Amino acid sequence: MIIKSLDPRISRAELDADASMEQELQPLEHFETYEVFHQKKRGTHHTHVGTVHAPNPEMALLFGKEQYGRRGVSVNIWVARTADIFASDYDDSDIFSTTPEKQYREATPYKVMDKINEYKAKQGS
Amino acid sequence: MNEQNTLAVKELLYKMADDLLILGHRNSEWTGIGPMLEEDISFSSMAQDKLGQALALYQLLNNLGEADPDTVAFTRNDHQFHNCELVEYPIGEYDFSLVRHFLFDNAELLRYEMLMESSYEPLAKLARKFKGELKYHKFHGDTFVMQLGKGTEESKKRMQASLDFCWNLALGIFEASPYEETLIKEGIWQGEEALKAQWLAAITPVLEAAELKIPDESTWKPVYGGRSGKHTENLQSLLDEMTEVFRVDPGAEW
Repeated sequence: MIIKSLDPRISRAELDADASMEQELQPLEHFETYEVFHQKKRGTHHTHVGTVHAPNPEMALLFGKEQYGRRGVSVNIWVARTADIFASDYDDSDIFSTTPEKQYREATPYKVMDKINEYKAKQGS
Repeated sequence: MNEQNTLAVKELLYKMADDLLILGHRNSEWTGIGPMLEEDISFSSMAQDKLGQALALYQLLNNLGEADPDTVAFTRNDHQFHNCELVEYPIGEYDFSLVRHFLFDNAELLRYEMLMESSYEPLAKLARKFKGELKYHKFHGDTFVMQLGKGTEESKKRMQASLDFCWNLALGIFEASPYEETLIKEGIWQGEEALKAQWLAAITPVLEAAELKIPDESTWKPVYGGRSGKHTENLQSLLDEMTEVFRVDPGAEW
C-alpha cells in the first residue's frame, strides 16, 4: 500500500507502507562524522558547535555552515574529522580530581580587589 | 525614472522575483524528504533564502506602484508569471534538482554581481545584500556537482542525464526582455546576453572538473516563452498547491 498523507510531498514520494525497514547496515553506507567549530567574531576563539555527516572536508564545511551558521552568527568555520580528535579515556576521568588542600595555587584566596579599588579611586580623584 | 525606464525595471524585477519564488517553492518540496539530514537542512535553508529574496524584489515592485507582495505572489495565474520554464518543473529525482540548482544559482550570483553596479540604486542595494547567500548557493551547487560527477558510475550517469535534460531549459533563463536596449543604455544592467557569456565561462570549468559534458552547441535550443507568460502545465499545479491556504481566506491577518 502506498502511504497517503495530508502533506503532498509525502504522497508524491509514493512510499510503500508495507516495506520492511529492517536492513542490515553496510560499511560506508553512512558517511563519517566531522566536528564543527565556529567563530563568532574575528580574533576570538573557535567554539565547538556540533557534528555533521560528510564524505570529505569540503562537504563537511558546506553542511557545517548551513547547520550551525545559518543564523548569521559566524565569521568562520573549522571542521575536523571526529576520528582525528585525540581524546582522553572516560576511565581516566579521575585524573581531573585533585586534593583540595592546595589553596596556594588557587586564585580565590588572594584578596586583591581592595587594593584594585583603592588604586582606581586614587586614579579617579 | 521616466515611464519607459520604469516599465523596463518592472519587467526585470518581475522575472527575477518570479524565478526565485517558483524555484524557492519547488526546492522547499524537498524539506523533510531530502537525501540526508544535513542536505535536507541546507537545501531547505537555501529555498528559504530564495523566498526572502523574492519578497524583497516584490517589495521593490510595490514601491513602484505594483500590488503588495502577497497579492502579487498568491493571486496571479500561470500566464501572469514571468519565470523561466526551468524553475517550474517538478523536483523529480535529486540529481535533477541539484543540476537545476547548480545551473540557476551560478547565473543568479553573476546576475546580482552585475546588478551591484546598477544605476537603479534600490536594486544595487539589494544585490549587495543578497551576495553572501548567493555565494553559498554557488558553493553548494559546485561542490555537489563535482562530488557526484566524479562519484560512482550511477551518480555520473544521473548527473549527465540531468545536465542534458536541463540544458536548453537553462538557456531559457537568458531570454531577452523587450526592454533589453533601454536597460543596457540606462546602465540598469548589462543584459541577458552578457550574463549568458559570463555564466558559460563560470560553469564550464566546474563541469569539466566534474567530468561532465555540456551538450554539443549544435543541439542548443533555448526554451523561451516563460518570460512572456507561456508555461508548462507544471506551473499552474504548483500555484494551486502554493495558494491553497491563502485562497481559503485571502483577507486573513497572520
